[in-house]
Amino acid sequence: MKQYVIRRVGYSLLSLLLLSLTIFLFVRLTGDPATLLVEPGASADDLANIRQQFGLDRPLWEQYFRFMAALLTGDLGQSFYYRSPVAELYFQRLPNSLLLAAVAMAFSLLIGIPSGIMAAIRVGRIWDSAGKVFALLGLSLPSFWVGLVLILLFSVNLGWLPSSGSGTIWHLLMPAFALGWYFAAAHMRLTRSSMLEVMGSEYVKLARLKGLPEAWVVGKHAFKNALIPVVTLAGINLVVMINVAVVVETVFAWPGIGRLLYEGITFRDFPVVQGIVIIGGAMIVLVNLIVDILYALIDPRIRLEG
Amino acid sequence: MSTTTHPPTHSIAIAPAPRAASWRLDGFPFIPVAILVSIALVAIFADVLAPHDPQVGSLVRRFRPPFWQQGGSMAYPLGTDHVGRDVLSRLIVGARVSMIVGLAAVFVAGSIGTFLGIVSGYLGGWVDQVIMRVTDTWLALPALTFAIFLAAIVGPSEFNIVIILGGVYWTRYARVIRGEVLSLKEREFVRLAVVAGCSKRVVMWRHILPNVINSTIVLATLMLGVVIVTEASLSFLGVGVPPPKPAWGLMLADGKKGLMVGYWWLTVMPGACIMLMVLSANLLGDWLRIKLDPQLRQL
Repeated sequence: MKQYVIRRVGYSLLSLLLLSLTIFLFVRLTGDPATLLVEPGASADDLANIRQQFGLDRPLWEQYFRFMAALLTGDLGQSFYYRSPVAELYFQRLPNSLLLAAVAMAFSLLIGIPSGIMAAIRVGRIWDSAGKVFALLGLSLPSFWVGLVLILLFSVNLGWLPSSGSGTIWHLLMPAFALGWYFAAAHMRLTRSSMLEVMGSEYVKLARLKGLPEAWVVGKHAFKNALIPVVTLAGINLVVMINVAVVVETVFAWPGIGRLLYEGITFRDFPVVQGIVIIGGAMIVLVNLIVDILYALIDPRIRLEG
Repeated sequence: MSTTTHPPTHSIAIAPAPRAASWRLDGFPFIPVAILVSIALVAIFADVLAPHDPQVGSLVRRFRPPFWQQGGSMAYPLGTDHVGRDVLSRLIVGARVSMIVGLAAVFVAGSIGTFLGIVSGYLGGWVDQVIMRVTDTWLALPALTFAIFLAAIVGPSEFNIVIILGGVYWTRYARVIRGEVLSLKEREFVRLAVVAGCSKRVVMWRHILPNVINSTIVLATLMLGVVIVTEASLSFLGVGVPPPKPAWGLMLADGKKGLMVGYWWLTVMPGACIMLMVLSANLLGDWLRIKLDPQLRQL
C-alpha cells in the first residue's frame, strides 16, 4: 500500500511538472511572450522593460526556474485589469463557482441516478430508451445554448426567473440546470451500467432467492453498491464543472471563475488566463490522486496491479 | 476478436485483413446520416444556396422576424440579425465553417493520437512512459480552458482553431489505440512479421495500423460532436472563428444581443443547427462503435 501511494504521488508530481513545463513552453515558443505579458497598447519602451522585468532575455532554463519558483510560492502574476494578484482574484471567485457547481451537481444527480436506475431495471423497455435519448440530448446540446433558450423561455417570455447576475437562489436555477444537464447524461450512463453489473452479481441473486420483494432487492442491496462508482465520478466532475463552467457563467453573468476567465480573454489579461489553466490542471491532478488512493484503500486488487 | 484463427495465406508476414464489418443495416441510423449528408451538401454548395451575402447587411432591415411572423417576408425567410444580415444565408455558409473546422480538427487529432498510440504501445519502454505521462498531463487540463488558453496565445483564426482542437483532443485516441496495440502485438501475425524480418516501422504501419484504423474512425465520429461544440463555445467566447465570418457559435454570441427583447430566432436557429449536427454525429458514432468495434462498446 505504502509503495502504491508513493508511486501514485510520484506520478502526480511528474504530471504537475509536465503541466507547468507545457504551459511555460507554449507561452514562450509560440510568439513573443512580452506582447502577452504587457498591457494592450503598451509602447516599445514598456516592452523592453517587461522583457527585463520578467527576465525574458535570459536563457530558457533560467526562465523556467524563475517561473517555477514563483509558482511554488503561490505567485501567479498580476492581473492588468484588476491590478491585483491573480491568485487573490481566483480565490475571491472560487466560492461562487463552488456554489454553482454544487447546485448543478445536485441537479445532475437528481436526474441522472433515478433515470439510470429505471433504465437498468427495465432494459430495452420504454424507460431505457427514454433515458438514452435524454442522455444523448444532454451530451449533444451545447450547455450555453441550453442556457440561452432557458433565458428566452423563463426570463423573456414568462418573466419568472432573472436572466443574469447573482444574489438569490432564483439566479442559480437556470445556470445550474444548463451546466448540470450535460453531466446528468454521464451520471445516468454510469448508474445504468453499474446497476446492471450489480444486478447480475451473486449476492443480488441470493437476495432474490431469499424471496425479498423486488423493490427491496433493487433499493437496498443493488443500489447501495452500484452507487460507489457514481459517487466517485461525481466527485471528479465537481472539479471539472468548476473548470468548464466558463460558457454558462458568461451567458448568465455568474461571477465565478469561468466569468473571470472570460474577462481575462476580453480584456487581453493574459496572466489571469494562464493562472486559471494552471490551477485548473493542478486541481484535476490532485483529485485524480485522491480518488486513486481512496480506491486502493477500498479495493486491495488495485494496489497490486499498480 | 475473430481474426485470431485467420490462417496466414501467401507469406507468413501477411497481416489479416482488417475485419470486414458485417454490413447488415440493422439499426442503421438513417435519419442522422441523412441529416449529416444534407449538412455536408449544404456546406459544399453554400455559395449557390445562400440567397444573400452572409457578411453584408443593411441597417434598415435589422431584426426582421422569420416569414411566418408578422413583419417577416419570404425575402428573408429566417429573419435578419442585428446588422440586417440574412440569417438563412449565414446558417448555410456557417455549415461550411463548422464542417471544415470539425472534420479537419478530428483528422488532426486522430492522426496525432493514432500515431502516438501505435508508437507508444508497440515500442513500449521509455518511449511509452514519456508519451503516456504527457497524455495523462494533457488529460488533466480541462479541454475547453486549455483551448481558450492556446487561443489566447496564438490568436483567433480558423486555421488556429483546427490546430488547437487537434492539439487538445488527440489524447483520447492515444489512450484507446495504445491499449489495442498492446494486445495486437502479442498476436501471431505480428510475431510472424517480426520473425520474417520486418523492421519495426513496417510492422507498425503495415501490420498494426490497418488493424486499429477502425477504432480511430469510431472515435473520430464520436469526437466530431465534441469538437463542433468546443468550436462553437470558443467562437461564442470570442476566441474562435473571427467575425464577420458566419460561424454558428459566433451567431449565438451575436444573437445574445437581441435575446432580452425576444428576438428568439437569432438564438434558436443556430443552436438548433449545432444540435442537429452533433446529435447526428453522436448517433452515427454509437452505431459504428457497436458495428465496427465490439471492444469499444464499454468505452
